[in-house]
Amino acid sequence: MENSYTLKVYRGLPGNQFWEEFEFSRHPQANVISSLMEIQKNPINKMGEKTTPVVWEQGCLEEVCGSCSMLVNGKPRQACTALIEPYIRETGSSTITLAPFTKFPLVRDLYVNRTRMFDALKKVRGWVSIDSVNDIGSFGPPVSPDVQEALYVLSTCMTCGCCTEACPQVNEKSPFMGPQAMSQIRLFNSNPTGALEKSKRLRAALDEDGIAGCGNAQNCVKVCPKNIPLTESLAVIGREASKQALSDFFSLPDAKK
Amino acid sequence: MVKKKEVIIVGGGLAGLATAMKLAEQDCHVKLVSLTKARRSHSVCAQGGINIAVNLKGEGDSPIIHAYDTIKGGDFLANQPPILEMCMAGPGILRIFDRMGCPFNRTLEGHIDFRRFGGTLYNRTAFCGASTGQQLLYALDEQVRRHEAKGKVEKFENHEFLYLILDREGRARGIVLHDLFDLKLSVLKADAVVIATGGLGVVYKKSTMSTFCTGAANGRLYMQGMKYANGEFIQIHPTCIPGLDKMRLMSESIRGEGGRVWVWGDSSKQMEFPDKSMQPCGKTGEPWYFLEEMYPAFGNLVPRDIGSREVTRVCEAGLGVDGKMQVFLDVTHLPAEKQHKLESVLEIYEKFTGDDPRKKPMKIFPAVHYSMGGAWVDWPAADDPDRSTRFRQMTNLTGCFNVGESDYQYHGANRLGANSLLACIFGGLVTGIEVPRYIGGLEKSFEDVPEEVFGEALAIEEKKQKECLKKSGPENVFKLHDELADWMVRYASVKRDNPDLEKTIVKIKEIRERYKKIGLEDQGTNVNQTYVFARQFETMIELALVIAKGALLRNEFRGAHYKPDFPERDDKHWLKTTIALYREEEPDISYEPVDIRHLDPIQRDYTHAKKVKPHLKNIPSNIQLPF
Repeated sequence: MENSYTLKVYRGLPGNQFWEEFEFSRHPQANVISSLMEIQKNPINKMGEKTTPVVWEQGCLEEVCGSCSMLVNGKPRQACTALIEPYIRETGSSTITLAPFTKFPLVRDLYVNRTRMFDALKKVRGWVSIDSVNDIGSFGPPVSPDVQEALYVLSTCMTCGCCTEACPQVNEKSPFMGPQAMSQIRLFNSNPTGALEKSKRLRAALDEDGIAGCGNAQNCVKVCPKNIPLTESLAVIGREASKQALSDFFSLPDAKK
Repeated sequence: MVKKKEVIIVGGGLAGLATAMKLAEQDCHVKLVSLTKARRSHSVCAQGGINIAVNLKGEGDSPIIHAYDTIKGGDFLANQPPILEMCMAGPGILRIFDRMGCPFNRTLEGHIDFRRFGGTLYNRTAFCGASTGQQLLYALDEQVRRHEAKGKVEKFENHEFLYLILDREGRARGIVLHDLFDLKLSVLKADAVVIATGGLGVVYKKSTMSTFCTGAANGRLYMQGMKYANGEFIQIHPTCIPGLDKMRLMSESIRGEGGRVWVWGDSSKQMEFPDKSMQPCGKTGEPWYFLEEMYPAFGNLVPRDIGSREVTRVCEAGLGVDGKMQVFLDVTHLPAEKQHKLESVLEIYEKFTGDDPRKKPMKIFPAVHYSMGGAWVDWPAADDPDRSTRFRQMTNLTGCFNVGESDYQYHGANRLGANSLLACIFGGLVTGIEVPRYIGGLEKSFEDVPEEVFGEALAIEEKKQKECLKKSGPENVFKLHDELADWMVRYASVKRDNPDLEKTIVKIKEIRERYKKIGLEDQGTNVNQTYVFARQFETMIELALVIAKGALLRNEFRGAHYKPDFPERDDKHWLKTTIALYREEEPDISYEPVDIRHLDPIQRDYTHAKKVKPHLKNIPSNIQLPF
């Protein structure tokens, strides 16, 4: 039918996932989210059967919070910017598939638990240690506009998980934390104050869940919705971590703090 | 004396995280409750920047001028002492965030750069590209994670606040919450509760706010007796792109960097200008930069309430682009480096419309954006004799604090762009000082509170959950939401008039009746988002009544509250704060005077302004900043 489109949703609970289809009237502004909202108002599938509304995670709907990650036609992305019309135009098909990420524990329907990415931020010390929240009367060290630009780009990572989902090295057999955490190490190591704890972060990258897990497939950079140069970050951290390992090897044990 | 300082914070946005960071540093143990990962909170949506009068541009700017602009921008409805202290704290806050590594844009010398924003003539807005809120939030999220790693902060993400537990003396001692994954109810205990849950834009559905921003936490507290202030003041942002699921913000910084608002002129039409003269609507066939013509001094950077009204007025006069309710926002003439500073928002525009705003003017329209009103909170000024016995940011419920967009302070009748980030952080740091002071004065701790107090609260919520989950009536709660939102957008946003508001109140009550007959399409306990929203919606109906009734009663024109039938600000009758208290039928509305000790009300004029050196009276000499 010309005036309609179908969302084919892979839904359900762990161990019991199935496809369910929903049909909608076309609208120039429709996106995946507005379609899912329609199901909430009228939870009837394409077969005309009553069903439960689809469960998904959402937040800002402006691609800045990282909530609504899912697989749209098999590719990891933010669902809010997934407009229906361009999909129909580009694929020639009026059916679009939605599925939850596969590299994270499934919660329900399109909702997965991405806590491991936040745990990784703890592990790599994803922060700049300041002495206290007091005004000491001075700014941080001056930063050139070029360096700021680089830091800013790295800092736009919204922990959405697209890179982790796309990475073949993140799988059941590998403990690899994924590209996001490695890129965050680069961010904090590039900050003039953050660099004071550079070694600690690099040592975290040297653990078995660290940089050694990267297989250089380069999928991550292709799916990052914020165009963060992830492969560059992985290369930088790989280099720096090796240097760290070398210097740790040759230095006195008590200097390893 | 209470030895172990246990604090609950509800909300993981800028205000909640700023509070958490400050508390963790003072040996408090924080339980942070958030609907989502703190890093995804709505603060990420703030784009343009944060106002700090640190005068790095050498324009003679100062916190006093910043306070003056803020008080005037809020049309004198805000209490002045908290604004003054906030503006004075600005430079220190900027230095702290710079040390935390927040990537502010830089000048060639490596200092923090500033841009211009609405309602001021100074370059006062520090920024990180066009996603400043995201970057400030991340900076705080990182600091709080550092404290979390040390065990000072414990996170309850994917949990929702439901009920405030008060002991027999009426002091806050904990909350009831549920786990959004399995709806399990539980109790958290503490000696103070901080609510930092943001605005209520979702009441209007088509707003720029995140889907988290239902206002439900404040709604629940209001229904438990918390005073809600200035509810009728809702900010409409002039420049947004309409969508089916939400309205998307196109930052004020676009105009700050030189973006211009226009429509095609039509010299056969006339419109009233701010000086009451009738003037032609530009020249036919040429762009008409109406804001620049109407407000020569501030031009495209008039405050948001004014911008939204003028855009609406121009469209209603039939000048909207393509005959629709939309005008152009144009950056095509800007040099590439200016466009680059706006990259993140220009990209969003392109992603959602398919048009490249670098080549084609954007089409935008005003949308609901911010709630100036919120929880009433106390503010003893620095030189008030009872400063030490009262607590800043505390609601009328003892031991329950409220901060950020969810409180009512700082912005009055209209918020200036880029002031909200400052207000959230400042309010959070203040709360981080006041909470330990409050707990330090308590004779008993939550551990001394009889267990049945907590048990009773839990039982109340268990009963509500059971009843709601089995609802199987004919009404769909999401459809009811659309209906409520539709009425609110139409009659309680840019322009208000009394007959419409009266009808709206009747409608809201009708929706409240129909809400009793909803049926849940999902009755399980496994990530039941339908149930969660149904519970939130109950309180959104009550907040909608607060907004509509407050607007109906206020017969004047002040800031964002525009009533054409009462076209003047009326200080004699309405220079007062609206206070709503929950009643079953409809809110009980009363008023309290506004604290205007620093600056006498003057007319708000943005047509001809010059840089003034304002004088603020009665500035206390003992102001202590919260760091």
